[in-house]
Amino acid sequence: MKTNFGQRLPLLLKSALLLGSSLMLAGQAGAAEAYTERALRNYDTYCVQCHGINRNGRGINSRDMSVQPRDHSDAKGMGDIPNEEIFRVIKEGGLAVNKSVLMPAWGNVMNDEEIRELVAYLRFVCKCGSTN
Amino acid sequence: MNLRLMAALGAALMAGPALAAGGAEILKSQCVSCHAVEKPANTSFERLWERKGPDLYYAGSKFNKAWLEKWLQNPERIRPAGELYSRHVKGSDKEDVVDESTMTPHVKLSKADAEAVAAELMKLAAPEGMVEKGAFKGEKVSMSMGAMFFNKLRGCAACHSAKAGTGGASGPELYTAGERLQSDYIYSYIKNPQKIDPHVWMPTLNLAEPDLQRLTGYILQLSASEGK
Repeated sequence: MKTNFGQRLPLLLKSALLLGSSLMLAGQAGAAEAYTERALRNYDTYCVQCHGINRNGRGINSRDMSVQPRDHSDAKGMGDIPNEEIFRVIKEGGLAVNKSVLMPAWGNVMNDEEIRELVAYLRFVCKCGSTN
Repeated sequence: MNLRLMAALGAALMAGPALAAGGAEILKSQCVSCHAVEKPANTSFERLWERKGPDLYYAGSKFNKAWLEKWLQNPERIRPAGELYSRHVKGSDKEDVVDESTMTPHVKLSKADAEAVAAELMKLAAPEGMVEKGAFKGEKVSMSMGAMFFNKLRGCAACHSAKAGTGGASGPELYTAGERLQSDYIYSYIKNPQKIDPHVWMPTLNLAEPDLQRLTGYILQLSASEGK
């Protein structure tokens, strides 16, 4: 959430605006920092191929898959899965949590921090809060 | 000797060396805007999104020359959803589909130019250690066993097509891979795709040696049975 205040505003006015906007940001901290840009980019690179450009589990690869990819926009389905399990399934793959082998392990491609950010992003996508 | 003849002779002399260096010239004039023919200094995640085509700086350790010659004269899409796929897919009322309006046809070359470019590309050896020379042992693989690993046990079919018209679309078709690619390249890529192509969207699965041999063999044999 970046706002460009322009170059020619008087300093006083500028600081007043900055103060105002930081108060606003503090008020909606949860929404403003729901996910990182990196998580979005990682999702678009690695996840979209199966989970879909609309995050609905209907990716370009899903047509012929014997087990359909998880619909990340499904608040109920996603809401039932704890964060820890989502982290594990991304890092170690579907088999690690008794799910499909078609979900591969991404632990060699993304580090733990990136995967944690991705978990937060998934919570944003499903609008299903954060389950420990 | 009249002036016109001298001019013609001069032009022919100038054209001579240009023709001999044809492959390198074409590479420079037609390929580098989309493909890296030298190892890029920047191998960042962002670069993966910015580049227009696969890197070719290790083409000599990747491709089979005969395939290059053939394909460059008649370039057909290898990656059903292009590169990088996310830039070429769109939602539909069912599965995502390829947005054909975003796809551009590949440059098509004459036979002579294709042969010259293929020869030039074959000079581009992979940096030391990128492709494991002699890694594939060349053992014949049972196709039914190979298919079981490819489709069910290791999940390759999620992203790759082992038969025209079926399978995943975000990875290159593999029923032509044996004709296209060198066996050690296939082996090395399956083992660690990011070592060859940093940040690429194929996972590194920590596959054991027998799996690597079996999948490489299966993919090579597929080309003979399913490829053209």
